Amino acid sequence: MKRFAPAVTPWLLLLPALTLLVAFTHWPALATVVDSVFSTAKKGRPSHFTGLDNYRSMVEDDVFWQALWNNAIYAVATVPLSIALAIAMALWVNSRIPGRGLLRLAYFTPTVLPMIAVANIWLFFYTPQYGLLEQATQWLGWPSHNWLGDKHTALGAIIVVAVWKEAGFFMIFYLAALQQIPPSLAEAAALEGASRSQYFRRVLFPLLMPTTLFVLINALINSVRMVDHLFVMTRGGPDNASTLLLYYIYQVGFSFWDTGYAAALTVVVLAALGIVAFLQLRFLDRRTHYQ
Amino acid sequence: MTPTTHVFRPAPASRALETVAAWLLGLLWILPLAYAVWTAFHPSAFSTRFEPGAPLTLQNFVNAWKAAPFARYFLNTTLLVTMIIAAQIVLGTLAAYALARFEFRGRELVFGLILLQLMVMPDVLIVENYSTMNTLGLRDTLLAIGLPYFASAFGIFLLRQTFKTVPKELVDAARVEGASALQVLMKVYVPLAKPVYLAYALVSVSYHWNNFLWPLIVTNSVETRPLTVGLQVFSSTDQGVDWSIITAATLMTSAPLLVGFLLFQRQFVQSFMRAGIR
Repeated sequence: MKRFAPAVTPWLLLLPALTLLVAFTHWPALATVVDSVFSTAKKGRPSHFTGLDNYRSMVEDDVFWQALWNNAIYAVATVPLSIALAIAMALWVNSRIPGRGLLRLAYFTPTVLPMIAVANIWLFFYTPQYGLLEQATQWLGWPSHNWLGDKHTALGAIIVVAVWKEAGFFMIFYLAALQQIPPSLAEAAALEGASRSQYFRRVLFPLLMPTTLFVLINALINSVRMVDHLFVMTRGGPDNASTLLLYYIYQVGFSFWDTGYAAALTVVVLAALGIVAFLQLRFLDRRTHYQ
Repeated sequence: MTPTTHVFRPAPASRALETVAAWLLGLLWILPLAYAVWTAFHPSAFSTRFEPGAPLTLQNFVNAWKAAPFARYFLNTTLLVTMIIAAQIVLGTLAAYALARFEFRGRELVFGLILLQLMVMPDVLIVENYSTMNTLGLRDTLLAIGLPYFASAFGIFLLRQTFKTVPKELVDAARVEGASALQVLMKVYVPLAKPVYLAYALVSVSYHWNNFLWPLIVTNSVETRPLTVGLQVFSSTDQGVDWSIITAATLMTSAPLLVGFLLFQRQFVQSFMRAGIR
């Protein structure tokens, strides 16, 4: 289209948004890297260049490794679980199942609740002796168990909550994708003599692939970002058994006030997000059109 | 939303099995919430005992409301989400318009830099953004909670995609009538993007109503705390283990979104769909 405004117009239009983006995304991302090679300023000892000291202490920090390992488990468990559940939910809600309106409601409701509220609800659900879970296991005759207080089950309990919260959200995207698949495809597959499982495997899942990749990226980002429930349920404990990277950054940065080290930890998170971004460019860009 | 195809209808037996599985999962999904609702609406004597005849009460809500400044928290959150969505829509509209309808050098680069925020969200840059707020003297203000989210890559992206679908004939017609660039935006683009604005607003409001970590860090007084942080302060400190009151407070803070969702279920679901489809 021909220009119908001075050349400076687009820049003026972009200026407010770009200013804020640079101030609160690009600049802090760069400043994180810079700060990570400086020490934290203390009384009478201003911040000074320390090279890789923060990273050296990171390598020796058991809690960091624990948080990294926990976060890896958290991602590896929540991502496939919530995606698989989301696909099942979407297929069910999209079929002629009785009461599917109610089902969709049940699946989606956790999505609109604040994670903090969700955490309160689940804390109660997990409470030893009184919680609904305990009541159920007692009724089955199983021994009492402190799910959040035991370091073998705390992370698992946290993972369940995350899956519960996000599966219904991802369901929506699959539902949208399923509804865009023309019925003629199923008819054609049936004419060719395909079975139901063949149709799922050969037709439906390939067609859902772009959605799966989109959901996958979001689920991976969530596994870095979704830590609110730790504040209520475990505070990373017991003995750091359920701590995650972003939660540890919060502790280091705002409980111990060691901003230099917190910056170094943030660099690790940014690197992880960078890997996700790379995966997205590599695999997702082919199917989604930014143009 | 209608079910699509039913050529591949499962055999009756496996169909029954699937129905049962779907409903079991649905039940499992609603159970924690149902448990909280039961506890909140019954006297604490019945909070973990399920008897059909247990008396209903609203006293837990009254007690929770009196025990902490929830009215103030509601006000703070309402102001916060209003401020954020207003800023996001204004800034996003202007930026998306520039990207969708103007040709200029560096456009792709700028767009790439904007999209970077989809990955590097303000949510993880808490340490640096906190020190920025300190420098600006904004710590413990509502503005500080909202500011990092005012320019939203997601919103710009969504609006740009929408603006790109506006037929050029409409724009040309408006220009023939002598409309300026800004008038074209307001008279042609914005009205056509109304459903997208609605979808984006629903997604953004529910995100920021629920946001917790950044507000927790940047606020430390009743006057600025949003509901999520207020709820956490309330349930972690002075309540001990009075679950009836805590669950009542929990439901109370989620109620506006939950009720809105139940009333406008279709719009909610479709908005999330629309916002998600790229």
